[in-house]
Amino acid sequence: MRYEAPESLEGAVALLAGAPGDARVLAGGTDLLVQMRADIVDPELIVDIKKIAETRTVTEEKGAWRIGAAVTGAELKEHLRLKKVWPGVVEAANLIGSTQVQGRATLGGNLCNGSPAADSVPALIAAGAVATVAGPQGKRDIPVEDVMLGPRKLALRKGEIVVSFLLPPRAKSSGDAYLRFIPRTEMDIAVVGAGVSLTIDGGGTITAARVSLGAVAARVLLVPEAAQAIIGSRLDEAAQQRLEAAARAACRPIDDKRGTTEFRIDIAGVLARRAASIALDRARTS
Amino acid sequence: MTMQTYVGTRTIRPDGVDKVTGRARFGADFNLPGQLIGRVLRSPHPHARILSIDTSKAEALPGVKAVVTRDDFGDQPSEFIPAGEMMMNYRDVVRNVMAREKALYEGHAVAAVAATSAAVARRALKLIDVKYEVLPHVIDVVDAMRPDAPLLHEDLYTAGVEPKPEKPSNVAKRVEITLGDIEAGFGKADLIIEREFRTAAVHQGYIEPHAALATVSEDGSTELWTTTQGHFIVRAHCARLLGLDIGRIRVTATEIGGGFGGKTVVYLEPLAIALSRKARRPVKMVMTREEVFKASGPTSGATVRVKLGATKDGKFVAGFAELKYQAGAFPGSPVQPGVMCAFAPYDIEHVNVIGFDVVSNRPKVAAYRAPGAPISEYAVESVVDEIAKKLDIDPIDLRMQNAAREGTKAAYGPKFGPIGLEETLNAIKKTEHWNAPLRKWQGRGVASGFWFNIGGETCASLTVNEDGTVSLMAGTPDIGGLRASLAMVAADELGIPYDKVRPIIGDTGSLGFNFLTGGSRSTFSGSMAIVEAAKQIKTELCARAAKLWELKPDQVEFADGQVKPLGAAADKVKAMSIADFAKVAGKTGGPIGGTGRINAQGAGPSFGTHLVDLEVDPETGRTTILRYTVAQDAGRAIHPAYVEGQFQGGAVQGIGWALNEEYVYGADGKLQNAGFLDYRMPVASDVPMIDTILVEVANPKHPYGVRGVGETPIVPPLGAIANAMEGATGIRFTELPMSPPKVLKALKERGLNGRVAP
Amino acid sequence: MAKHHIEAVVNGDAVEFLCETEETLLDVLRDTLHLTGSKEGCASGDCGACSVTLDGRLVCSCLVLGCEAGGRRIETIEGMAKGEALHPLQQRFLEHAALQCGICTPGFLVAAKALLERTPDPTETEVRYWLAGNLCRCTGYDKIVSAVMDTAVAMRKG
Repeated sequence: MRYEAPESLEGAVALLAGAPGDARVLAGGTDLLVQMRADIVDPELIVDIKKIAETRTVTEEKGAWRIGAAVTGAELKEHLRLKKVWPGVVEAANLIGSTQVQGRATLGGNLCNGSPAADSVPALIAAGAVATVAGPQGKRDIPVEDVMLGPRKLALRKGEIVVSFLLPPRAKSSGDAYLRFIPRTEMDIAVVGAGVSLTIDGGGTITAARVSLGAVAARVLLVPEAAQAIIGSRLDEAAQQRLEAAARAACRPIDDKRGTTEFRIDIAGVLARRAASIALDRARTS
Repeated sequence: MTMQTYVGTRTIRPDGVDKVTGRARFGADFNLPGQLIGRVLRSPHPHARILSIDTSKAEALPGVKAVVTRDDFGDQPSEFIPAGEMMMNYRDVVRNVMAREKALYEGHAVAAVAATSAAVARRALKLIDVKYEVLPHVIDVVDAMRPDAPLLHEDLYTAGVEPKPEKPSNVAKRVEITLGDIEAGFGKADLIIEREFRTAAVHQGYIEPHAALATVSEDGSTELWTTTQGHFIVRAHCARLLGLDIGRIRVTATEIGGGFGGKTVVYLEPLAIALSRKARRPVKMVMTREEVFKASGPTSGATVRVKLGATKDGKFVAGFAELKYQAGAFPGSPVQPGVMCAFAPYDIEHVNVIGFDVVSNRPKVAAYRAPGAPISEYAVESVVDEIAKKLDIDPIDLRMQNAAREGTKAAYGPKFGPIGLEETLNAIKKTEHWNAPLRKWQGRGVASGFWFNIGGETCASLTVNEDGTVSLMAGTPDIGGLRASLAMVAADELGIPYDKVRPIIGDTGSLGFNFLTGGSRSTFSGSMAIVEAAKQIKTELCARAAKLWELKPDQVEFADGQVKPLGAAADKVKAMSIADFAKVAGKTGGPIGGTGRINAQGAGPSFGTHLVDLEVDPETGRTTILRYTVAQDAGRAIHPAYVEGQFQGGAVQGIGWALNEEYVYGADGKLQNAGFLDYRMPVASDVPMIDTILVEVANPKHPYGVRGVGETPIVPPLGAIANAMEGATGIRFTELPMSPPKVLKALKERGLNGRVAP
Repeated sequence: MAKHHIEAVVNGDAVEFLCETEETLLDVLRDTLHLTGSKEGCASGDCGACSVTLDGRLVCSCLVLGCEAGGRRIETIEGMAKGEALHPLQQRFLEHAALQCGICTPGFLVAAKALLERTPDPTETEVRYWLAGNLCRCTGYDKIVSAVMDTAVAMRKG
């Protein structure tokens, strides 16, 4: 098994594109190393992208925020300005695993692990984040909701790497939130996750919203019907009920060791409503 | 009466510094020059006949030094022997350490290799060609009891049934205890509650995986380092399974990273020895966490039916229970103690409990903290609570009214001596916790629990060193502070400072036979052996002093750490301390020491009562433990902090068992959650502080009044939490774990789910 | 493929070692550098027994490759006591009986030290959540949390 830690994107792309066998990108490694140990993957090449500056920085670009794909959860938590603008995204990143895992886990890895239960992905999708991908044909941008096609299946082509995420400029009076359900208080994989981002007008009416659900289908879902259910409302009781119903209607979950189909559908509605309520509070005080 | 300077205080444990600095050496921390790494090939099928095993390709792989299979272990005749608080049969043990005719569960060992590196060993496993005939499997205990269930053992006929059944089945044994006349008893009842309960298999969950390092020399001398609760037991098992003389095997118990009963049996040890014997090199084996879940432990899941009758003023008159316990792939579930414990906390005139020991395609169960008791007592405590509700009697008062006390005849046989159940109930009732207010969707539950505790064969020594310091050697592995407790007893017995006693755990060559650390016995029995060893030293020193001072033996005494002349002689000679004697040991008869070799009797049962507050989220079914108080009778707490630690740790294990822990199987008979990610043990943020109340009703059979304390704390939580859930939701949950999907489903079925009113 | 030659600083000492790509930092610490204080409880980042700091950041050493350690500064349990003096956390773990079997103790100590360096005055909830990645099956966490809280008070007083 080869290990390479190139310092340039071009170098990393060339290594990945040229690898004859299975090649894997190593960011935080909190999924990859576990899968290697469990004999789920046995790559011929590992490309560590943490020495590439673009993957490791958080920068403001005209009101938008660009987050390197290999920035860790712990680093995001310490980034006070980012946390102020996108508290839901940072919180979601901070729900991935333990404090120890936070020291390693990254947004890029969380997305590219290809799990529908990834915590940061619904928050990124709700935020309208775009993934910047570098590959042999150069760079391209993909909305985060289009990166994952199904469990362990990504829309990336051979040699492509997620370099960073761009969170769009924030309208005033906006807020976001992410909630997940787990049986314990920590250390579990999300049974259901819900991300909501919204903007209100001066009267407190929701003018824009995005709602995303995790672990309720083969991929993380963007649920426009759920957003429509609350746009134009002040998240009154009726809007909350519409939101719950729309969220539940979008679910296509499986029964597994972590939860039943019925349970996941129920919880999706509850979490969507609760996340929307937190996002609304944040929009009011932003 | 010995001065108690240290007993009852919170000393710093002598092994503590090594454990906070990373110096302490646990199972996987031992290495030998030239060692090989051993790995186990495990069955991917829950039930399959093994048609053939071809190891030739693996053996040909460079770096592979030995491969063992069933052919390397001679068959054993059927013979039951005690193993901790359970029984085992060597015929089954040899088949569990290495599958013979069939693989009986996913993860069952089929072959093992020793190679120059872990990577080579892993590659070698892939080269072993095992031909299986896959057979239908059965996982659930009730399914396994059906007449048409797949049979695990074609020669297994239910024991304890007359006449002997004509056909084999998966029911290994039927056991029954009876007190009084159960039918007549129910005839006197004004209220009878009957309920059926189910519990899931749960694992002991020790953080340290099994590990063993063996080296066998050309003359067959064998040394083994292993993480175990009983190195003498490991020695006996390995000698038996490998046809070795016991005296040829020396076993050292490493520091042990938790056991809770799960490290009372052998898994890797015989394999490591067999591999080392073949390879003539040391062999180290360490389980992965997945192997720990799939191939060691757990304890039984069960189905339990309880029927309890009471008069309208709350007197229990008849108790019936039927217990069906999973044994795993081989007979030997803890159903017997489950039967005996079920109604043990209560004084009931008519009792009948029937138990079934049932095999299915799961890993063979191992002891887990009060084996069998949490399951049956959970069911009974749930029904007791329901009776309290129906009769509108305070649940503590109802328990108090029916509590076993000194003189009560237990259904399982003996009459209780002094016991502390009432004291624990009283203690709980007096807490501020018991009367604190609760909000909607919060509930409070109480439950009591019982465990026998055991004594058994114990050998410990004290040696007085040249400078008067004392070396203490015990032969039961120290898991939670044994060395501290024994050193405190030795210091008080000899009247010397605690820090002058240095305790270690001796290997099997250093002491006589010790039964294992289990049954809450090591502090109880070990301290009795230390008292005996100290007595020998004191007697010897008095004899030497009498000779030295030319006095009669009755003119000297041992007191306050000194040998003193008595009467008129007191003016003529000066008292001598142990250190004084140490200096002249050579001139007065040689080295000074004592060894307690006892079969400790008189273990006192320990009762406990737990109180818990919790809150249920009616929209998600998620439960939060808000507050928890444990009261338990310790007899006498030698080291109160470590006794509290047992209470707290047991309570939190019980919280896990009640709320989230379970073995989850797929339709394919494979374990789906063989890791800490999905086998959900409580983490620090899941639980509150666990308040403790030490009740001390002295055990009259122990010199210090000690009772075992380690196991009882896991008995009450399941019932207490189920009772609190009823308080919070109005629903009587009869299936563990009470995980969110189950709770939400129950709420929905009753139309209770939904948002909490603001 | 030849092994990687790695130079790093472990507990203040410059070390160099050879490792295969698939070897984790935990494998290297335990098997190559013979620092067995970091324990392997799960090898999947779920138990925290292998906790170390990497350039000051708390991580599970089972989730770091040995070859990623090049040029990095690693602190393990073996580096926690200074000379004869135990770290205040180590001392209070002993005083509070915050360990029973002791297998999880190194991980808890390393993690708690990282907490107090960032948050000198943590609430009980903060302590519990910070330590949620460290499993303990013996103590029920009570005495561990108490020991950490008590150490925080003592360290603030200096």
